[in-house]
Amino acid sequence: MEQEEIIQIRDLHREFLVGSETVHALNGVSFSIRRGEFVSIMGTSGSGKSTLLNILGCLDKPSSGEYIINGTSVNSLNRNQLSTLRNRQIGFVFQNYNLLARTSAIDNVQLPLMYNSEISAKERKERAIAALEAVKLTGRMNHLPNQLSGGQQQRVAIARAIVNDPVIILADEATGNLDTRTSYEIMTLFQELHSKGKTIAFVTHEPDIATFTTRTIKLRDGQIVLDEMNNQCSAAEALAEYEKNMKHTMI
Amino acid sequence: MGILNLIKISLTALARNKGRSFLTMLGIIIGIASVIVMVSLGQSSTQSVRSELSSMGSNMIMIMPSHERRGGVDVGSGNSLNKKDLKLLKENTKYVQYISPSVSTGAQLVFGANNHSGSLQGVSADYLEIRKYAIASGIMFTEEQLKSNAKVCVIGQTVVDALFTNREDPIGQTIRCGRVPMKVVGVLESKGQNQMGQDQDDIVLAPYTTVMTRFSGNKNRDNFNMIFVSAPSEAESEMAATEITYLLRNSHNIKNPDDDDFDIRTQEELLSAMSNVMQLLTYLLTAIAAISLIVGGIGIMNIMYVTVTERTKEIGLRMAIGAKRKDVMLQFLSESVILSLLGGIIGIIIGVILAFVVSSALHWPPAISQAAIGASFLVCVATGVFFGWYPARKAANMDPITALRYE
Repeated sequence: MEQEEIIQIRDLHREFLVGSETVHALNGVSFSIRRGEFVSIMGTSGSGKSTLLNILGCLDKPSSGEYIINGTSVNSLNRNQLSTLRNRQIGFVFQNYNLLARTSAIDNVQLPLMYNSEISAKERKERAIAALEAVKLTGRMNHLPNQLSGGQQQRVAIARAIVNDPVIILADEATGNLDTRTSYEIMTLFQELHSKGKTIAFVTHEPDIATFTTRTIKLRDGQIVLDEMNNQCSAAEALAEYEKNMKHTMI
Repeated sequence: MGILNLIKISLTALARNKGRSFLTMLGIIIGIASVIVMVSLGQSSTQSVRSELSSMGSNMIMIMPSHERRGGVDVGSGNSLNKKDLKLLKENTKYVQYISPSVSTGAQLVFGANNHSGSLQGVSADYLEIRKYAIASGIMFTEEQLKSNAKVCVIGQTVVDALFTNREDPIGQTIRCGRVPMKVVGVLESKGQNQMGQDQDDIVLAPYTTVMTRFSGNKNRDNFNMIFVSAPSEAESEMAATEITYLLRNSHNIKNPDDDDFDIRTQEELLSAMSNVMQLLTYLLTAIAAISLIVGGIGIMNIMYVTVTERTKEIGLRMAIGAKRKDVMLQFLSESVILSLLGGIIGIIIGVILAFVVSSALHWPPAISQAAIGASFLVCVATGVFFGWYPARKAANMDPITALRYE
């Protein structure tokens, strides 16, 4: 089944001026992401994956090349239009969760909708509750971030990323701060979201995390060196396996 | 983002740092409270001066001979006011209700073994009405006594206390003023000190005829030191003054106002002169209070800077999930405005309470300046915007990528 390409990138370049030297962080990157794909973007540090993610997230603009998200060419947009685009089309999940301190889980999840004046307070709350249900945190809606574990905080962050029903969820090392077990749990959650039709781009440097996705794009020195489909492993199974092993070691 | 959301976000952010928010507000609180207190106290002191002056007789007019110059030398008060002028004013004025000449001389007052150095004032019976004196016991001397140069007097409370130490009834007693024995016919009700701190009860009133004929200390037997006049009302005192000026110029043959040989002073002039001094003082104190407001504003700016830096990550996140520059700017601006406005409201409340307490302790009429309260509100909003602007702009201009990575 041929799916619509929601992300199209053609010959993307991004250069930074460091002192008097020009650094080519991205050097002619082209690929597309179809609706419903679960893509992992891999690469060592300095490979350009963060730069790529910033451009995908409309936080940064390419020096040259074209980026079209959901039919909109990003190059021609100004700062305010980019903000609106991020607000409606993109969901971010960060390595360090980036939740507002001393703010309840539900208020954290509502945050993106606060910047959308078309959504009423009532609808905002309903959607936040639905998002928290989707990440299985219904019982902890009024907890503050410091009352939640790392995994739970990341779940709140994921709920925040899906609350505006984005066309793509961008996760930046979303399991980087978590232990193996919790990482598997979070990946299970991502797989569930994926199975419900969400498009996800997942930046990581851990190969085993990448195996839970459907496609891997590998970057080196600002260029794509590998772009292949995966035999997706089930994170839930990996979790069960891991727990069994843990029991063995304990015995 | 709606205005309600904005206020909610700002309030939550401020509530997260209650102690810091309060300390920041303290500068504004002190500034606003002191402005309110200063302006209110300035107003109530002006009112108290006004009411005291009008208790002295606000429609009173004083006519004095001008200083006389002979060959370029000032020789003191002239001798331009005499019985002829008194008669003229009595008969020809429309706006003069009471009129009394005044001749005064110092005199050693003696009764029995007690003596007191006081001043003897020769006046007519109208003097009581003009100066708002009242008789406490006895009577004022009569028109007949005035005509016959009778040796009678009415004395103030201070004189009574000094001479009649054994609590004798002064009425009917004879005291000596210098060498002249005078019979006390009345005692004045106590008036206390006036605004300048003068004891208004240290006074001996006698018929002016008596003082002019029997006290040789008076340099000229035909001239008055002053003529006191009162108009029927405060409003008419200006007209009375004009009338008197016209009559006196005519009778003294004065063509050029610069050559006037008399001065006319209405209470209104005195009042406005005093109010001016009070006003100047109020302005000065308010200016000092305003400086503390500026200091408070700088405090807000300082804290807003700290807040913006501290919340760099939050700013980055908000931008990443769709906050526009305008949204971030407004968020921090509304925080600083709320800070200063809240401080202002607390300051107004404290200021009003303080103004009440101080004015009631000083027995001044309480006056709360509504203009000052209104102005304080505006100043608070302006302070919040002015001092919050720069930090808010700093926040709004952050690059979301760098802000998100900020540790």
